[in-house]
Amino acid sequence: MQFINHMKLEFLSIPANVAFARVTVAAFASQLDFTLADLEEIKVAVSEAVGNSIVHGYGKAPDCFVRIYANLTQDALEIRIEDEGKGIEDIKMALQPAFSTDAERLGLGFVFMQSFMENFRVESAPGRGTKVMMSKSVGARITRASSGQ
Amino acid sequence: MLLDVEIKKDTLVVRPSGELDLGVADRFRRTLDETLDRGQARNLVFNMAKVSFVDSSGLGVLLGRYKRISKNGGKVFIVSLQPQVRKVFDLSGLLRIMSEYRSENEALEKIG
Repeated sequence: MQFINHMKLEFLSIPANVAFARVTVAAFASQLDFTLADLEEIKVAVSEAVGNSIVHGYGKAPDCFVRIYANLTQDALEIRIEDEGKGIEDIKMALQPAFSTDAERLGLGFVFMQSFMENFRVESAPGRGTKVMMSKSVGARITRASSGQ
Repeated sequence: MLLDVEIKKDTLVVRPSGELDLGVADRFRRTLDETLDRGQARNLVFNMAKVSFVDSSGLGVLLGRYKRISKNGGKVFIVSLQPQVRKVFDLSGLLRIMSEYRSENEALEKIG
């Protein structure tokens, strides 16, 4: 697959940067012919991944870094969002809907990422940080992981 | 995020505007809890007409307030979801526990 564009973004692990990250990735993705609905879905997925890095990876420590790598091919956006935080002990359990280590959070972050994006993958190990890989094709209609209502 | 809150009889009407994400979740939660702590409101209406983005951090604040209100026998209603925000709500299952109405007035009438 030939890349037509590539970007790297690195920012502090503070909550204000969640909006910065999603808007930046959506602006980058808009070089392809994504619909507005697609871009909104990309924004949700990026918010969830970056939010997870800040809250779970770094335990809200504000002096760490989250990195995003994004590629555009002719017809798709590929993203990798990574942190060097505490990592995930049991990825399978973390991917379960409504699993959260925090009572105020819904445990739906990974559900949104899986539902709104394609080729979703997580690499993580305790103490080794977390990498979330996902992509979205122009014109792709993704089957929802959870039908909701 | 801007936040407008108003007490109508025994119902707290909350009108956030902007984006509800991790960046504003703490402030959103704190403002709602401080208002609910005054004890005048039994029910809650979230008017989402001016919310352009929500993620699971924003939904978590709504769910937390739902638990608090419903524990005390109150009701929580959602009104005026924008399409892109509705998609996230649908997927979350929150609309299975919070009733949705088209307008604030309709929700307030339902509460009675």
